[in-house]
Amino acid sequence: MKINKSLIEYKVREERRLSFEEGLFLFQQPDLIWLGKLADRVKRRIHPEPIATYIIDRNINYTNICVAQCDFCAFYEKVGSGKGYVLKKEVIGQKIQETLRLGGKQVLMQGGLNPALKIDFYEDLFRYIKTNFPTVRIHSLSPPEIQYISRISRLSLKDTLIRLKAAGLDSIPGGGAEILVDEVRQKLNANKTTGDQWLEVMETAHKMGMKTTATMMFGHIETYEHRLEHILKIRDLQDHTMGFTAFIPWTFQPDNTSLGGEKTSAFDYLKTLAVSRLMLDNVPNIQVSWVTMGAKIAQMGLYFGGNDFGSVMIEENVVAAAGAHFRMSQEEIERIIRIAGFEPHQRDMEYKLLEHREH
Amino acid sequence: MVDSALQPVYDKVMAGERLTFEDGMRLFESNDILTIGEMAHYVRLQKNGLKTYFTMNQHINPTNICRNECLFCAFYRKEDQDGAYRMSPDAVRQKVLERINEPITEIHIVGGLDDGLPYEYYIDVIRTVKEVRPKVNIKAYTAVEIAYLAERSGKSWSEVLDDLIEAGLNAMPGGGAEVFSERVKRKLFTDKLSSDDWIAIHKLAHSKGIRTNATLLYGHIEKDEEKIEHLIRLRNLQDETGGFLTFLPLAFHPENTRLARLSMATGFEDLKHIAVSRLMLDNFEHIKAYWVMLGVDLAQIALSFGADDIDGSVVEEKIYHMAGSKSSQMMTRNQLKQLIQECGFIPVERDALYHEVNSEVSEIAS
Repeated sequence: MKINKSLIEYKVREERRLSFEEGLFLFQQPDLIWLGKLADRVKRRIHPEPIATYIIDRNINYTNICVAQCDFCAFYEKVGSGKGYVLKKEVIGQKIQETLRLGGKQVLMQGGLNPALKIDFYEDLFRYIKTNFPTVRIHSLSPPEIQYISRISRLSLKDTLIRLKAAGLDSIPGGGAEILVDEVRQKLNANKTTGDQWLEVMETAHKMGMKTTATMMFGHIETYEHRLEHILKIRDLQDHTMGFTAFIPWTFQPDNTSLGGEKTSAFDYLKTLAVSRLMLDNVPNIQVSWVTMGAKIAQMGLYFGGNDFGSVMIEENVVAAAGAHFRMSQEEIERIIRIAGFEPHQRDMEYKLLEHREH
Repeated sequence: MVDSALQPVYDKVMAGERLTFEDGMRLFESNDILTIGEMAHYVRLQKNGLKTYFTMNQHINPTNICRNECLFCAFYRKEDQDGAYRMSPDAVRQKVLERINEPITEIHIVGGLDDGLPYEYYIDVIRTVKEVRPKVNIKAYTAVEIAYLAERSGKSWSEVLDDLIEAGLNAMPGGGAEVFSERVKRKLFTDKLSSDDWIAIHKLAHSKGIRTNATLLYGHIEKDEEKIEHLIRLRNLQDETGGFLTFLPLAFHPENTRLARLSMATGFEDLKHIAVSRLMLDNFEHIKAYWVMLGVDLAQIALSFGADDIDGSVVEEKIYHMAGSKSSQMMTRNQLKQLIQECGFIPVERDALYHEVNSEVSEIAS
């Protein structure tokens, strides 16, 4: 059947799954409001309450030393560059204490692929955190880090995850996915982890009962077909495991990276957000990225398929290194959500609504 | 449609009927931004098709010394204050000469009400620019400045306009309208021109063949009904004269003003003002998404919510940047065209009077 707007409208109304070709048709559509209305319809079906969620957490980048040297990254330092660091666990402890004081319930620890840090470093760190701050949730280590830890510690992926979980790891962030197509990863020099390896980490974690998110970094050298391939890989795995809580598409930030180039547009961002909502019929939440797109566009993202405003971040270094300097407080995030016609609600990592916070 | 309260408005828009005050209120009260945008986009397609206008322009703000002290302004200075400046006509000449090799078709000139400058200065600025770049359209002086010049010189508004036209004025910007509300005026810009006078000066300019723009300043203490009344007054004058070229809703930038406690308008509000303006102002050809104010990202999205003009290359914009606008000060022709084309629209380069021009071709030819 020839793909046209009415066919897509019909399928969305009837809750039918959209194909790769239909996804491509969506990407090629210049009619932004049409895409928004479709995505908004699906969003309202999954989230009928007029609520937009957010979380308070802190990004802690425990090391910037990295053997990967991806072309799109402005954060890493090479081994022996003299500018590398590894945070001491006491420093991390202080940051967690501050986070709890500011109402945060979770830490997002991510760092470089540092050859000096084997699994015992992470076990020790997680145990230290759970002993001293038993309530804090550890949402940490993206798949490339986990895969690298397993390799340099000479452990299977499963054993690595079992040990990290036993030490206190609660859930895994979906970073490092970039575009899960190896042809693209090779060109970006992001081939330290292949697309399959990324998916394998998530599959293994999901099967152990751990929840994770998934991201997509777009707006660099990839095509619409690559984005769709990425999205469908997430959808396929989700059919098997149902372990992804959220999908977070965000735009490549070119400043200070060796890849360079221009930032993709707001139009491309809202379109991609809407297509993500429409294609990922089995992923419950779509997160907007105010850190890369700014508050105005992120707010509009709530009408293009997004239902979650992401995190009130107490600290963020990686995206800031690449030139994005958006900052928002909890009050500002709540104000923006309200003006757009939704009730802001704090959530946890599994997207459960928290009881109304005490000021 | 998520908000069924919009159905009657939707039906009117599709039937090409004029919207009432109540319809306007219903639009402002609704959160169904996608349906509002859809309607505005429909009207935009009726009026302009896929054409999206941009211009290669230059901004000159000759003086920032102003006897008014509007609460929402971060641009004005007092004569003895740090950062106060006043360009001589020669300095203005230099500004124009600096960019003489660029294919500029519009020069936008607005500034403060500077008691330290003679009436002739304001005329000389126009004459100087015209001398240096005779082919360029000069879009200069808001109604507030026209009234001020009349008061300073003892001439009538009409005589002031005649002097300016004789010196080379082609069009007038729409600034200084703020919100047509006595309540807001008393609180924020008590010294400023009344709304009746703003309207009267634009009407007079139209009668002399000078096309003008119109604005609305939103995002401070104004109420929805005041904004709808404002739009309807502009619509009434346009029915009478047909002299307005374009309408731009302007978001208030609180930073560095004495209203800094207020928050900036959000993206949702910016798009709503663009779309509601497009829907209410059925006799205006153009609605502008001024990227210097909205930011490039939101201005691009506004093109799908009723706007058909994105302004221009703008170098050295001062008024919004002193109020904390973070947008860059310049876009190249290719950047402007690319961001228009990406959304499926056709970029059309225009001059200040919306004549289509192609400075790319003339540049190659010369």
